[in-house]
Amino acid sequence: MASNHRQGGSNGGGDDGAQRRPPEWADGLKQLYDSVVEEALPDSFKDLLDQLDGLDSGGPSPGSNDNGKPAPDSRA
Amino acid sequence: MSGTEGPGGSLSAIDKASFKRELTEVVPHLRAFARGLCGRPDLADDLVQETLLKAWAAQDRFEPGTSMRAWTFVILRNAYLTDMRRNRFRGEYDEGVAERILTAPAGQEEPIHLSDLHRALLTLPAERREALLLVGAGGFSYEEAAQICGCAVGTIKSRVGRARAALTEMLANGSIPRRSTDDAIAHRAILEELDTVAAGNGVSSRG
Repeated sequence: MASNHRQGGSNGGGDDGAQRRPPEWADGLKQLYDSVVEEALPDSFKDLLDQLDGLDSGGPSPGSNDNGKPAPDSRA
Repeated sequence: MSGTEGPGGSLSAIDKASFKRELTEVVPHLRAFARGLCGRPDLADDLVQETLLKAWAAQDRFEPGTSMRAWTFVILRNAYLTDMRRNRFRGEYDEGVAERILTAPAGQEEPIHLSDLHRALLTLPAERREALLLVGAGGFSYEEAAQICGCAVGTIKSRVGRARAALTEMLANGSIPRRSTDDAIAHRAILEELDTVAAGNGVSSRG
């Protein structure tokens, strides 16, 4: 069922795949993306980063990185 | 790689603090990118967590002043591709967007449902999907997207072009699979065929 109609309405010069006029759903793609960006952030992410931060600057790291020498504690 | 580190062997406390702040700031974007890539919110957030861990472990390699978003997107996409090869993601579709409707452009009767768009997006091959997400949703330039994906700019352009064409066609025809697999359409067609036969109409002359 090959119904490959050539892009109607494109007035010549279809040089590359990137059309100059975005399709009508293009805004929807941004909406999808932005709707997630604007979602309230679960605490788990902040907790994870705080935890990683604590490992680095606080007590001895679990040996995965560096040479295990205690980093000077930046915050009291 | 340059294994040589600075005298201290690690970032200064100030660098470290700003790294953490910048990383925190891009988390919402990482979630959005991940959601677009793999569909299901829970899996997407797992992917973001994984990305944060990897980014943290690699923070000495981040060059201050460069784009944290681009840097972490590289990590995220690599983690995604690795997981995909392990078949972890099946492009599950987020039911949460089902009810949202894209505001209809003026002079257009039928609004496009975001859920349709999302499902259509998830049917695309991974490399086209990510190219379209980066450029069309994330607002990256073709050049930036090419750097993130580690390919030529022309490749990104062609992937975005193909992705757009495929989505446009799917949305125009309403031929969006229920599930992300391409098989779904065929599968449904077969089922419909069977229904017709079962109903006693031997010949499928719908329409």
